[in-house]
Amino acid sequence: MDSLVNYLLVSSILFSLGLYGVVTRRNGVAVLMSIELILNAANINFLAFARFGGMNMTGHVYALFVIVLAAAEAAVALAIIINIFNNFNTINIDDVSELKQ
Amino acid sequence: MISGNIITDFSLLILFLPLVAFIINIIFGKRLPRQGDWVSVGAILITLILSLSLLMNMLMNWDSDFSHEAVIPWIDLGAFKISLGFWVDNITVVMLVVVSLISSMTHIFSLEYMKGDIRYNRYYAYLGLFTFSMNGIVLANNVMSLYIFWELVGVSSYLLIGHWFEKHSAADASKKAFLTNRVGDIGFFIGIMIMFTAIGSFNFQDLFKGVSEGLVTGSLLTFAGLGLFMGAVGKSSQFPLHIWLPDAMEGPTPVSALMHAATMVAAGVYLTVRLFPLFSPEALTIIAYVGGFTALFAATIAITQNDIKKVLAYSTVSQLGYMILAVGVGNYVAAFFHLLTHAMFKACLFYGSGSVIHSMHHSLHELKDHDTDPQDMRNMGGFKSKMPLTHWTMLIATLAISGVPLFSGFLSKDAILAGTLAFAQHHPQHFLLPIFGFGAAAITAFYMFRLIFMTFYGKPKMIKVFKGIHESPKVMTFPLVLLAGLSFFIFYTLPYFNPFSDHGWFTELIKARDSAVPGNPSAEEIYQGVHHAHYTAMALSLLVAAFGIGLSYLMYIKEKFSAEAWAKRMGLFYKLSLNKYFFDENYNRFLYQPFLKLSRAVAYVDWDLYDKYFINGFGHVTKMLSKITGRMDYEGLDQTLVDGVGRTTQGFGEQLKQVQTGRLQNYMLFALIGVILILVFQAV
Amino acid sequence: MSDIAFWVIVGITVGSAFMVVQSKSLLYSAYALLFTFIGVTGLYIFLWADFLAVVQVVVYVGGILVLIIFGIMLTNKITSVNISHTSMQKSMGAVVVIAFIGLLGYMILSTPWLVLSNAEPSDTTRAIGRLLLMDYLLPFEAVSLLLLGALIGATTLSRKDT
Repeated sequence: MDSLVNYLLVSSILFSLGLYGVVTRRNGVAVLMSIELILNAANINFLAFARFGGMNMTGHVYALFVIVLAAAEAAVALAIIINIFNNFNTINIDDVSELKQ
Repeated sequence: MISGNIITDFSLLILFLPLVAFIINIIFGKRLPRQGDWVSVGAILITLILSLSLLMNMLMNWDSDFSHEAVIPWIDLGAFKISLGFWVDNITVVMLVVVSLISSMTHIFSLEYMKGDIRYNRYYAYLGLFTFSMNGIVLANNVMSLYIFWELVGVSSYLLIGHWFEKHSAADASKKAFLTNRVGDIGFFIGIMIMFTAIGSFNFQDLFKGVSEGLVTGSLLTFAGLGLFMGAVGKSSQFPLHIWLPDAMEGPTPVSALMHAATMVAAGVYLTVRLFPLFSPEALTIIAYVGGFTALFAATIAITQNDIKKVLAYSTVSQLGYMILAVGVGNYVAAFFHLLTHAMFKACLFYGSGSVIHSMHHSLHELKDHDTDPQDMRNMGGFKSKMPLTHWTMLIATLAISGVPLFSGFLSKDAILAGTLAFAQHHPQHFLLPIFGFGAAAITAFYMFRLIFMTFYGKPKMIKVFKGIHESPKVMTFPLVLLAGLSFFIFYTLPYFNPFSDHGWFTELIKARDSAVPGNPSAEEIYQGVHHAHYTAMALSLLVAAFGIGLSYLMYIKEKFSAEAWAKRMGLFYKLSLNKYFFDENYNRFLYQPFLKLSRAVAYVDWDLYDKYFINGFGHVTKMLSKITGRMDYEGLDQTLVDGVGRTTQGFGEQLKQVQTGRLQNYMLFALIGVILILVFQAV
Repeated sequence: MSDIAFWVIVGITVGSAFMVVQSKSLLYSAYALLFTFIGVTGLYIFLWADFLAVVQVVVYVGGILVLIIFGIMLTNKITSVNISHTSMQKSMGAVVVIAFIGLLGYMILSTPWLVLSNAEPSDTTRAIGRLLLMDYLLPFEAVSLLLLGALIGATTLSRKDT
């Protein structure tokens, strides 16, 4: 039962969960993890369309790129979080908001 | 158009030169050296020279039908046209000379009489204005411009009578003069309008033509004629509008000489002479009676007056009555002749009285006496030795006015009396007219000589005052001499020398015109009638003159009859005469006071009722309404709406700013919500 | 047989993902993330993306997840417990996310997808390699630059200021 629609549904569920995590979680690292979820959901999408679109390898290439970018982004993001931790002594992102009213 | 003709040019100059003097004096007078009197004197002398040259021209042409008209259209609306212009004929020329001559004499006389007066420049300015207005009347060729100048003369009179307006009596007198004139002018204007409506023009010639063609007839014509005559009644101080002239003596004496003896009051006579062809027989009869009655009535008042100027004032009223009487009986040339001679000797008399009063003033001033009246004849007496020139000139003028042969007055009076006799001969029912005439003549002789005797003869009544009396300077005596000289017969009978016949340049050149009204006797018929009655009239007038003079001589010189005893004997009559028959008092009681009461009542209604309740009521209502709308505006609009919007916005702002949490995740949530919404609504 | 496997893997994936976002403890979230990645790998294999499945395991699990755990270790006071989340945010978020799922699901289910039939490929790696160096050379180079940038950036960020 691996029809396109199923894959797409899965992907969308993952995406939504990731979104929920981003919006809800207060820990910075948790937010980062949710972002990885989103990226993975997008990857599933790419590959699903690649397979059900005549095995178009372009999808694979893009998915590859996404993984690469995810890695780079994770590295940088963690560097930032560590810096925040060093500065504010917490990574509760509510407490690092100096933009609030 | 007007230019191009010497007579028209002269007329323009004669008319406007005094006006120019008026404007200059009124604006610059105070700043000029000697306050600008030389401007006025210069202007009037030039005017005199021009008038005399016109007279020369007339004498050289010797054309009794000379007539020159110059017209400018003023208003032209097609069907409605008014034109202004000059009409110069022999009557105009003579009148211009009279006005210019007496005005020049007044200007010169005032150089001394009004010296040091506080409003010297204004006095001369107003004299210029008056001369301008008077010449305007003389030169007018239509009743409209004549009416305009008529009113202007009234204004000048008001200004000049009230020259010393600090004196209550002077201010009152000037108002009285103007208002009484105004009453007459109402009738005048009605007459003008009736004529205009019927004939369609204001021009004299058109009016004459219109009446002769029968455009106005019957009682309407009589009514119009009487309306026009009303102007003369007011201006020439006839009964019943005679009340202002004696009071006008409050003005300076030279003014009295100019206006109230020679010229302004003569304007009424001039008007009737000009408009003679328009009067119906009935109107003329009424005119005659008015004139005759005034002549007699004023004379009876003059005999008891003690103020020298008042005697002369009533005398003027009486003489004007004579002129009007003459017009009424049809002999309007005689009226004009008397106007001319009267101007000369009456002005001379006024100047003479001015000279006497001036002298009395100085004498009293030196004695520091401010109570004695310098014009009261009872304070005079025996001035003959102290003021010889004044005495002789006044005597000559008095002889003229009394109708003594060899003097001008004799000729003119004689002509008038002959006219009344002729009229009575043709219409025996009007026998009163000659009685009026001759009676007035007798009384005139009496009171004029009374004046002379009381002032110059006998024993001086106040010795201290008498000591300070002296002759007046040449500036004042020169006009006296000139005018006294002109009171001799010879100047009017040239080129003939008969003192008993009025035949001369005057009667040759001033020919009577026929009346335009059918039913009136023609000029020829009138002339014949006068000629017939001439000798009878002459004899009678000599008789009454002798009687009057004799009685006066007996009473005041020889003192055969005592004046006081006679006064007591004629108690009531004396009292009536002295108090001018209580005319002013009765007018006051029956006319002025009720009118004042009425106007007070009306004023009360307007002021205390209408203004207070109605008008102010509006104010209150408005205030109330404005309070309500103010509240509405302030509380309703401002507080609720305007401020309310502000407050609501602020409240929203307070609430909404809580969105800015500063937390990234919140922003993301909102973004997500937005995306969903977009997608949903796009799909839908 | 494969259907059951498919659905099991889907279950692992979704369940783990749920745990990731929902767990109160960070470390549990990290472990759940591990299982999610593995589940996704299984899905890749079902999708005939063998090369990428391997890459996923190596990079994601071996690299990123390790990095994350490092991050957790370095930044967390393990002894302290996380403070509660704001309830409003959670409920609002849940509602929104459910709405989102519904929207997407509706979209997916109602679109007439054009499915092209195809055979299972044998040589995905070669194909990917070929594409990378021929059609997608520029993005490839760009990504390398990006990686370089990320490397430098991360290093710079974690340097102590001396």
